Amino acid sequence: MPGYTIRLILSAGCLIGMTWLGLTACTPAQPAAETTAIPLGDQRAIQNKGSDTLVNLALAWAEAYQQVNPNVSIAVTGGGSGTGIAALINGTVDIANSSRRMSEEEIAAARANGIEPYEIPVAIDALAVIVNRQNPVSELTIDQLSDIFTGRITNWSEVGGNDAPIVLVSRETNSGTHTYFLEQVIRKGDKNNPDIFAPQTLLMPSSVGITSEVRRNPNAIGYDGLGYVSAEEEKLIAVARDSRSPYIYPSVATGADGSYPLSRYLYMYTAGEPTGVIADYINWIRGPDGQAIVARLGFVPLPSP
Amino acid sequence: MKRQQVQKIAVGVITTVAVLIVIPVVLVILYIVVRGAGTLSWEFLTAPPYNGMTQGGIMPAILGTVILTFGTAIACIPLAIGTAIYLAEYAGDNRLTRLVRLAIVNLAGIPSIVYGLFGLGAFVLFMKLGTSILAGSLTLGIMTLPVVISTAEEAILAVPQRFRLVSLSLGATRWQTIWRQVLPQALPGILTGVILGLSRAAGETAPLLFTVAAFYLPELPHSIFDQTMALPYHLYVISTQVPGMPLSIQFGTALVLLLFVLSLTLAASIVRTRMRRRREW
Amino acid sequence: MATHADTRAHTDTKPHKGAAEQTPPAGRPFWAKWFEFLIERLIGAAGVSAILFVALIFFFLLREGIPTFLQVPLPQLFGSRWYPIEGMFGLWPLIVGSILVTAGAVIMAVPLGLITAIYLGEIAPQWQREILKPLIEVLAGIPSIVLGFLGWVALAPLVQRLGAPTGLTAFTGSLILAYMSLPTIISISEDALYAVPKEYRDGALAIGATQWQTIWRVVLPAARSGLVIAVMLGIGRAVGETMAVMMVTGNAANVPAFGLGMFFEPVRTMTATIAAEMGEVARGSLHYNVLFAIGIVLFIITFAINSLAGRLVGGQASRRKRGQL
Repeated sequence: MPGYTIRLILSAGCLIGMTWLGLTACTPAQPAAETTAIPLGDQRAIQNKGSDTLVNLALAWAEAYQQVNPNVSIAVTGGGSGTGIAALINGTVDIANSSRRMSEEEIAAARANGIEPYEIPVAIDALAVIVNRQNPVSELTIDQLSDIFTGRITNWSEVGGNDAPIVLVSRETNSGTHTYFLEQVIRKGDKNNPDIFAPQTLLMPSSVGITSEVRRNPNAIGYDGLGYVSAEEEKLIAVARDSRSPYIYPSVATGADGSYPLSRYLYMYTAGEPTGVIADYINWIRGPDGQAIVARLGFVPLPSP
Repeated sequence: MKRQQVQKIAVGVITTVAVLIVIPVVLVILYIVVRGAGTLSWEFLTAPPYNGMTQGGIMPAILGTVILTFGTAIACIPLAIGTAIYLAEYAGDNRLTRLVRLAIVNLAGIPSIVYGLFGLGAFVLFMKLGTSILAGSLTLGIMTLPVVISTAEEAILAVPQRFRLVSLSLGATRWQTIWRQVLPQALPGILTGVILGLSRAAGETAPLLFTVAAFYLPELPHSIFDQTMALPYHLYVISTQVPGMPLSIQFGTALVLLLFVLSLTLAASIVRTRMRRRREW
Repeated sequence: MATHADTRAHTDTKPHKGAAEQTPPAGRPFWAKWFEFLIERLIGAAGVSAILFVALIFFFLLREGIPTFLQVPLPQLFGSRWYPIEGMFGLWPLIVGSILVTAGAVIMAVPLGLITAIYLGEIAPQWQREILKPLIEVLAGIPSIVLGFLGWVALAPLVQRLGAPTGLTAFTGSLILAYMSLPTIISISEDALYAVPKEYRDGALAIGATQWQTIWRVVLPAARSGLVIAVMLGIGRAVGETMAVMMVTGNAANVPAFGLGMFFEPVRTMTATIAAEMGEVARGSLHYNVLFAIGIVLFIITFAINSLAGRLVGGQASRRKRGQL
C-alpha cells in the first residue's frame, strides 16, 4: 500500500512525540537553574552572565580555569551589566558580571526576592573615548564630552575639528559602561544632573558595534573599555578633568595610578557570600593567575594587596 | 505609432526591473559563498569554538539548530496536519470555519519577536520550562503552523473527489477514507509544506532570543530542558558582540546557515517535482 | 467530469489500494465506532487550535503588558523620549521608527514587486519563468539574520559613502526590508493577476489594444483587490521584522525632523527595542511590562492588517473549495 509504512512511522512518531511533550510539559522535571552552587560531582555549570565589558575577560578566565580544573564548567554569557544583575535578582545566575555598581533599587529588588547581593571587585577598567583615525581632534575635556553627548555641540568644528556633523555612538542602556558614562561624563558626577544622552545617539549592542562604527565613520565618536579598543585602529582621545587640568591618555598605567579621569572598578556579584566551587573560582580570579589575564587583555589589574 | 512606442517602452522597463530585482539575490548568495567558502572545513563543522570563540568551529550551533528543527517538527506536524484535515474534510462553510481561517492568517502574520515574547511568557515563565530546547521548540512549532497548514490543506484538497467517493461507496467510514486513501495521496504535498516550514523555522532568530539561545555553552545540551546554541543566534552574536572575531568565521557561519536553509528548500522542491511525476491522477 | 485519468481509475482499485482490507461492517472490531468518534473529535480540536493559539498569544501579552497602562499615564507613554533606565517610556520614537522603516520598504517594494509580478504573469516566456520563480523562492528562504549581517557588513558602509553622516539609517533598514517583503508581494500579486479571467485579456486584445494597454487598463484594475491584499501582507511582513533592522538602523530612539532627509537618520523600531532590551530586564519590573506592551501594540497592528486581508482572501478560498466538488 502506497505510503503505508511512512504513515505508520509518522503517526507513531507524532503520537509518541506529542504525548512525551505533553507529559514533560505538564510535569517539568526541574525548574529553572538554581542559584546556589552545588558541590563538585554534580554536572551543572557555574552560570556567569552580565557585562559585555567583562565578557571577554570572563571567557578568558573561564577557559583558563577550566584547563586547570577540568571538572568545573562555567557558562559565560554577555548581555550587559543590567542583564546580569537582572538575572541575579531573578535567581537564574550564580555570578553576575557588572561594570557598574548595583543601584539601590536593584539591591532592594534582590532583597525582596530573598537574595543578598555580595559585591566583589575583580579588575579595573580605563574607559577610553575614541574617534576615527582621520579625525584631527585629539583632546577633550569632560565638559566638552558632556556637551557633545547631550547634543549641545553638534559639529566637530566647535571643538577644533572639521566642519562635519558629530555622530554619537554608545552602548545600549543595559550596559554598565553606558550607565557609568552617563553618571561620570554626561552628568559629571553630579547625581542631581538630569542630562541624558541625545536622542540621536546610535545604540550599539556591544563594544564591537562601537569600534566598527568608529573605525569606518569619520564623523563618529564613541567610548568603551580600554580592553576593547586598539590604539592602531581607533584614535584615543586624551581626556582632562577640566580646562586647567592636563590631558591624559588612557592606558594601563594611567588607569592604575588614577591620573586618567575615567577609570572604574569592574565587579562580580553573587547571591550572598560565595562558597565552595564559586568561591574557589573568584579567589583564583583575584589571584595572580587571574590578574595576569586581566593585564594581558588590556584591562588594569587590581592593586596588589 | 504612439501606442506601439508606449508598449515597447513599458515592456522594456518591466523586463529590466524584473531582471534587476533578481540580480541582487544571486549577488547576495555569491558574495556569501565567495567570502565564506574558504572557512568551511571538516574542523569548522565538527569542532566547538575556543579562544573566546574566535577560533575553532561552530559545531554546537549546528547541532542546536538541527535539534531545534526536529523539536519544531514534533511540535508542529501533528497539529498542523490535523488542522489541515479538519479544514479540508470536515469543516462546513460556517462562521467557525471562517474564524479558524482568520486565526491561521493571523498566526502567519504575527511578528517573530512577538512569538518570542509569547514563548517567554507562556513556556519559559508560566509553564516553568525555563530557557530550554523544549520552550524553543514549542514556540517555533506554533510559529510554523500556518505555513504547514496551508500547504497541507492544498495538498489534501488536490486529491480528486473520486478517491473519496469510491472508498465511501465501498463502505469505508470517513476517517478510514482519509487515513487510507486521501492522506497517502496527499503525503508528498504535505511533506513539501513541512520541509518548507522547517526551513523557515531553522533560520529564525527572534523567537529563540528569550526562550532557548545561549551565547556560549561549555557543553552540549544533555536534555530538552537545557539551553543550546543555534546557528542564527550564533551568527548574530559573533557579528555584533565578540571583539576580534575574524570576518572569515562570520561569513563561514552565514554560509553554513544559508546552506542549511537552502538545502531544506531544495529538498522541498525536489519532493514537489517528484510528486508531480508520480502522481496517480 | 470524465478525464482520461478517470478511466484509469476504474482499473486502479487494485488490492494494494486497500480494497482487500475492506472488511464488511459486521466484521469490524467493537471499538471501531468509538475510535472513529474519538479521532473526529481530535481532528475538530486540532482545527480550532489555531483560534486557541491566537487567543493565548494575546492573553499572555496582555497578562504581562497590562500593568504598563496601570502604572504609566498615557500622555507619558506617548511622549517623545524613550530612555528606560531613567523611567522615560515614551513610545512615540519607536512607533515613528517602525513607521519610517516600513514606509520606506513599502515605497520601494510595492512598485518593484508589482512590476515583477506583471513580468512573470504577463510577459515572461516560460523558460524565464522557470528560472525567476525558483530564484524568488530562494530569496524568500534567506534567513533575515543573514540579510541583516550583510547589511551591517556591506550595505551600511555603502550608504555612508553615499554621503549620509552614518550608514546606520532608516533607509538602510528599508532597503533590506524591501527585499524581504518582495517575495510575499510578488507571489500574492501573481496570484491576483492569474485570477483575472482570460476573457478579459482576450477581449481587450481583440479590439486592438496593445499588451501594455491591456495590462494597464484591464488586468490591473480587475486584480485590484488582490493587489491590495498583496500590499497589506507586505506591510505586515515589514512591520514585524526584527533582526535585520536591529543590525542596520542604528537603534537611536530619535524622531527625525520631517522631510526627505528623515529616511537617512538613525531610528529605533519597536521590534528592535524588544529584542535588544528584553534580555536585560528584571522579570516583573515596569520596563519588562512596557516591553510586553510594545508587543501588544505590534500584535494589534499586524492583527488589524491580517484580519482585513484575511477577510478579502477568505471569500476566494471557500469559492475555490466548492469548485472542487
